[in-house]
Amino acid sequence: MTEIFTHSLLQHYWWIIVSLLGAILVFLMFVQGGQTLIYSLGKTDEERTLLINLLGRKWEFTFTTLVTFGGAFFASFPLFYSTSFGGAYWVWMLILFAFIVQAVSYEYRSKAGNFLGKRTYETFLLANGILAPVLIGTAVATFFTGSQFSVNFMNITRLTGDKMPVISEWTGPAHGLEAALNPHNLLLGLTVFFLARVLALLYFMNRLNHPVMMERIKKQLLINAIPFVMFFLGFTIWTLLSSGFAVNPQTGVISLESFKYLHNLLQMPVVAILFILGVALVLIGIIRPLTCFEKCSTKGIWGAGIGTILTVFSLFLLAGFNDTAYYPSTFDLQSSLTITNSSSSSYTLTVMSYVSLLVPFVIAYIWVAWRSIDNKKIDSIELENESHVY
Amino acid sequence: MQNIDFSLVDWSRAQFALTAMYHWLFVPLTLGLSFIIAFMETLYVRTGDPEWKRITKYWMTIFGINFAIGVATGIILEFEFGTNWSNYSWFVGDIFGAPLAIEGIMAFFLESTFIAVMFFGWNKVSKKFHLLSTWLVAFGSNLSALWILVANGWMQYPAGMKFNPDTARNEMVNFWEVLFSPVAINKFLHTISSGYVLASVFVIGISAWYLLKNREHQFAKRSIVIAAVFGLITSAFVILTGDGSARNMAKYQPMKFAAMENLYVGQQNAPLVAIGILKADEQELAHKKQDFRFTIEIPNMLSYMAFLDPNAYVPGIKDLVHGNPEHHIISYQERSEKGKIAIQSLAAYKNARKAGNDSVAKTALASFEANYANFGYGYYAGRDVHELIPSVATTFYSFRIMVGLGIHFGALFLVVLLLTLKNKIEKKRFILYTALWSIPLAYIASELGWVVAEAGRQPWVIQDILPTIAAVSQISSASVQITFWMFFLLFTGLLIAEIRIMTTQIRKGPEPLTPEAKNSPKTLITKKSSHD
Repeated sequence: MTEIFTHSLLQHYWWIIVSLLGAILVFLMFVQGGQTLIYSLGKTDEERTLLINLLGRKWEFTFTTLVTFGGAFFASFPLFYSTSFGGAYWVWMLILFAFIVQAVSYEYRSKAGNFLGKRTYETFLLANGILAPVLIGTAVATFFTGSQFSVNFMNITRLTGDKMPVISEWTGPAHGLEAALNPHNLLLGLTVFFLARVLALLYFMNRLNHPVMMERIKKQLLINAIPFVMFFLGFTIWTLLSSGFAVNPQTGVISLESFKYLHNLLQMPVVAILFILGVALVLIGIIRPLTCFEKCSTKGIWGAGIGTILTVFSLFLLAGFNDTAYYPSTFDLQSSLTITNSSSSSYTLTVMSYVSLLVPFVIAYIWVAWRSIDNKKIDSIELENESHVY
Repeated sequence: MQNIDFSLVDWSRAQFALTAMYHWLFVPLTLGLSFIIAFMETLYVRTGDPEWKRITKYWMTIFGINFAIGVATGIILEFEFGTNWSNYSWFVGDIFGAPLAIEGIMAFFLESTFIAVMFFGWNKVSKKFHLLSTWLVAFGSNLSALWILVANGWMQYPAGMKFNPDTARNEMVNFWEVLFSPVAINKFLHTISSGYVLASVFVIGISAWYLLKNREHQFAKRSIVIAAVFGLITSAFVILTGDGSARNMAKYQPMKFAAMENLYVGQQNAPLVAIGILKADEQELAHKKQDFRFTIEIPNMLSYMAFLDPNAYVPGIKDLVHGNPEHHIISYQERSEKGKIAIQSLAAYKNARKAGNDSVAKTALASFEANYANFGYGYYAGRDVHELIPSVATTFYSFRIMVGLGIHFGALFLVVLLLTLKNKIEKKRFILYTALWSIPLAYIASELGWVVAEAGRQPWVIQDILPTIAAVSQISSASVQITFWMFFLLFTGLLIAEIRIMTTQIRKGPEPLTPEAKNSPKTLITKKSSHD
């Protein structure tokens, strides 16, 4: 019994880590949001270069967080990795393509002999800025809405017949694209998209020293905050009123339960507090720079950033905790993935838990390194003296 | 086996090979150049000579161009395990996922955090903190190589795990056995040291070009000395670990070894074919038997290489396929029958468990465990077992070209080092041209190393346990074909961009010294000494 308890504890611990990484990833997607604003904020080449250099010093963290999120998910819940990635093939492939083109664009954009031209790399950044938040948002929304797949370990023993010996099978030919067309999923995709833009504007306010662009940034903040709030409310209300995928902790049987996510919120008061606190911080982070720009504009990113992390974190917990299937199958309910039936072994989770003790240390050195190079706002004069310019 | 979609398997393999080989075009330079830069910057900090700073910054620019595309191609590999090898991800995810997660937490953040300081910190942090950052970037990139190569080594020689029939997957039981498996450690050392050699060849080749163009003499000669010393030391390491690889292969992957050597019939006192040309036997084509048109052999060397004993018996392809009772080798036929029993017993066990029949479950489990070592062979039951032989020509030639080029690089390092120290390098234009043209050769050698390792272990994803045909995701072959061509076009376009940016940067040369730096006493001293 103690062993089962330990395994369950580890599964919960790793769901927390994965959720936290997912939440930090969404926050860091301000880089993507910024990439979609380059043309509306930067009217001259010099202005655009300034913005791109501001984002270019952070893009790698978003990228690294995505890779680590993927690695941690693989290591702790490998059945999700094999079911979702192999199944929703096209969605993940499009996300990957969006990130490949991003990785080279900063470095190559302004370099002589770059083959495709400056404009192409800027288009790559725009494509990444749109596709990554929207598609990652819709993919995460399927945690609440479900996908069409089945899982059967016995499939691996298929030596005859006409079906491949594949454990996780996706039904339907769209391989994930269907998720991007579901309006409930799309609401979250658009929420993340506009959130990323809002966060980018707040980041620019914090780091940029350019009065002309600052005026445009101020205007854009409201323009993007309104759709963000609308889409977020739409997704949240729809989700809380929907049926969810409940697991019977004794038998492991999965069933549909009305208002499951609302119940989860009420039954896990800590999560509810985190959620409300997160939403409040995001709103404060947006509103304060609008009302007291002089004093508050540099601080907005902190409120909205921390708020984003708390909100996304609590959404992940709503999807996976309190006997809920976090990756439900609407095709075969009993194939739905829960943190219990999809996790790694107790031993592996224990090994990785030791490794996870390094995380505070990692955060500490990131902090020290950032502080050392980000100690003052950036402007064109600084960029001229810089030897490495994007 | 009508149920296997071979077109899907082949396209999935092609896509993985494409992305892996593109990724590997950029990684070895990152691994090696990061250290070379760190040495250069250390010299700058210790001597205060602005010329060293200029050299460091120049190679750092080249590093940045190469690094970006390495990152871009790398992310694909991690996710492709899930997208294209879904069964694999579950079957061994309990072991394989951990190194990937550790790689992210331990290595990638180290790399990406300090790379920002390295590029943007010149005017913002102290000299010492900057130097530390450069070293941490080198350390971080090499650490990330450790974890992914541990994972690869584990696929070649699975250790530290046990199959759990209830979850139908392998579970880790000993992390240290996975991490310190002899194959994993040897693979890591061989791979990173080959990256150091490639980076050294690269730096020497580019520097040689400057000398040929009569430009940047001091810059070029200093770069050559650093790279040649580094290359010489690491070449010795490549030979040492290469020798270890061969021994591991003979022990754990005898078929790969036999194919690489085109050894059809096993023998004692086996000679090593140093140079050879294969001749496919038309009649024996189905059995993949190939003769030699021409060979130069070293007597007993193969036996010695494999088992450190000139008299040792090295099994051939025929012995492994058809069995050899004298040397206790069971045939592939028998292994595939045992594998089939393992697979069927697993099904029987699961059914019995479902039905609540414990005694049947127990018998089935015992039969499964007795035959698990041959599990993967079961997927080939009823098929021609010769399908289990990897391509002989591919591995045979790849191995020989790799080794031949490796020897060439070692000699090149020695020659350019001596000539540079004697201050005669500028006059030896033939050597300078050789150095320049060795750059593409280094890339060829490096890629071929992976061809030997990966094409040579076919059809296994996990040696003896999981073949590629049972590892793929259930997607249409057409989808994989489309993504294959998308990757192909995108990566090729980006590669062209990378090469063009790099050659433009190289033509431009390092930034000129600033007027203050030119007149600094340190520069004057070094200038004087370089003329002596």
